[in-house]
Amino acid sequence: MGGNSDMKLIDENGIRTDGRKVDELRPIKIEAGVLKNADGSAYVEVGKNKVLAAVYGPRECHPRHMQNPAKAIIQCRYNMISFSVSDRKRPGPDRRSVEISKLISEALDYVVFTENYPRTSIDVYIEVLQANAGTRCAGLTAAAVALADAGIPMRDIVPSVAVGKVNDTVVLDLNKEEDNYGQADLPIAMIPRTGEVLLMQMDGHLTKAEFDLAMEMGVKACKEIYEVQKDALRRRYAIVNGESEEEPMEEPKDEPMEEPMEEPKDEPEMTEED
Amino acid sequence: MARSVVSEIKRDHIHKLIADGHRVDGRAWDEFRNISIQTNVVETAEGSSRVKIGNTEVIVGVKMTVGEPFSDTPNRGVLTTNAELIPMASPNFESGPPDENSIELARVVDRGIRESQMIDLEKLCVEPGKKVWINFVDIYVLDFDGNLFDACSLGAVAAIKSAIVPASAHGLGEDYPMPITCTPISVTAVQIENSILVDPSLDEEMVAAARLTVTTDDNGDLRAMQKGLRGALTVEQIKTIIDTSRRLGSEIRKLVG
Repeated sequence: MGGNSDMKLIDENGIRTDGRKVDELRPIKIEAGVLKNADGSAYVEVGKNKVLAAVYGPRECHPRHMQNPAKAIIQCRYNMISFSVSDRKRPGPDRRSVEISKLISEALDYVVFTENYPRTSIDVYIEVLQANAGTRCAGLTAAAVALADAGIPMRDIVPSVAVGKVNDTVVLDLNKEEDNYGQADLPIAMIPRTGEVLLMQMDGHLTKAEFDLAMEMGVKACKEIYEVQKDALRRRYAIVNGESEEEPMEEPKDEPMEEPMEEPKDEPEMTEED
Repeated sequence: MARSVVSEIKRDHIHKLIADGHRVDGRAWDEFRNISIQTNVVETAEGSSRVKIGNTEVIVGVKMTVGEPFSDTPNRGVLTTNAELIPMASPNFESGPPDENSIELARVVDRGIRESQMIDLEKLCVEPGKKVWINFVDIYVLDFDGNLFDACSLGAVAAIKSAIVPASAHGLGEDYPMPITCTPISVTAVQIENSILVDPSLDEEMVAAARLTVTTDDNGDLRAMQKGLRGALTVEQIKTIIDTSRRLGSEIRKLVG
């Protein structure tokens, strides 16, 4: 958190630098089943964030001493690719990504019926292709859809979003500028149906009242993201039930998306630039 | 923390006690174990502490040296926090590079100190863009009986508070005390069978579903939080833990002085 920056991030009318209101999410786009080799996969865009998630398993757990005779273990690897940020990131795990991987594994463990698959491993890979603040939330949102796409029995899918504070105002879903110069960041993930919180971190400065407001905003936003996740899965199923799986992804008529989804086979997202 | 197998009989025992409103060691749900804080325990460090919470014990040292600042904060000192779960502390700790548990631990402690702006890093600038003080806060767990987050955080805060900036050794004038603005205190609680227990012992941690660490400043404002473990917390449970952390935090802050 940049802390006490004087940078003006919200104007007199309560509009943020990217034109959003304080309680407005960035545009979200989710597509399930975008990779051919993985057992399940998903692609998520949240504003300028671009994240791919893939799931392999349940499969034999290596190393074997990690096996749990009572249930499957969830092993998540969150990674930012080297050119996903403005200064090149050295490839490989750093301390931040190790921590995030651990938290996402723990959050997903709760929703997967791990007891159905003793001694196995369910491997979740999250690659951030383009980062613009909130990548752990976008990554978890994608991973939950990828798990469902892999056909793994789950209690529910998990949406995730960050709430924060900029210019002494609590705002939803920080963008990069707001994250850099903001005063607090509160990423959460939850099951909207039950209100159970599966991931929560915070840094910066929030009073008790600000926290309560932030939580309220976050819960509401998670419900919105949850609908987008379910919608992505529905569209995925619609294709499987159709004539051919090789058909380009056509969206159903009633979809409120602004632009058509890209054809997933060639992974055009990877080369896209913003 | 490092997880080993917990016997069914112990798990049942703890669950049964909690159902009757009791804890294994007879504490109230919001009661810490005994806390002892010693400072200046190692002379070769700029600041140091040895903290015990019940049978959990950690030693923390602060070493300072002069070096280059980060390019995006040219007029601020640098803070680096590291935690080592050394094999002497527990039969389940192994030597080797930091694993995800010690990385998470160090980062949560670091966040509490950094985000509360406890150390006035601007006062640790010698020459903007060229020379600043680099602070290494190194935490070693000596004896592990649960709740490392609070023990390490308390140890780090006490060690930083006791630190003397070694200016004369670097030809930068007289030594002076570490510039401090506030005292962040972390309080950790776990959820077991929907009961909330503060300062979990190792046995309690091993059967816990979820954990939440909340770090507050002198005003009782939130500075850092981290949820852990594989279970869930309701928003109500989170709010209970936050209120408890603010209340207990102000009591523990008095112990640090």
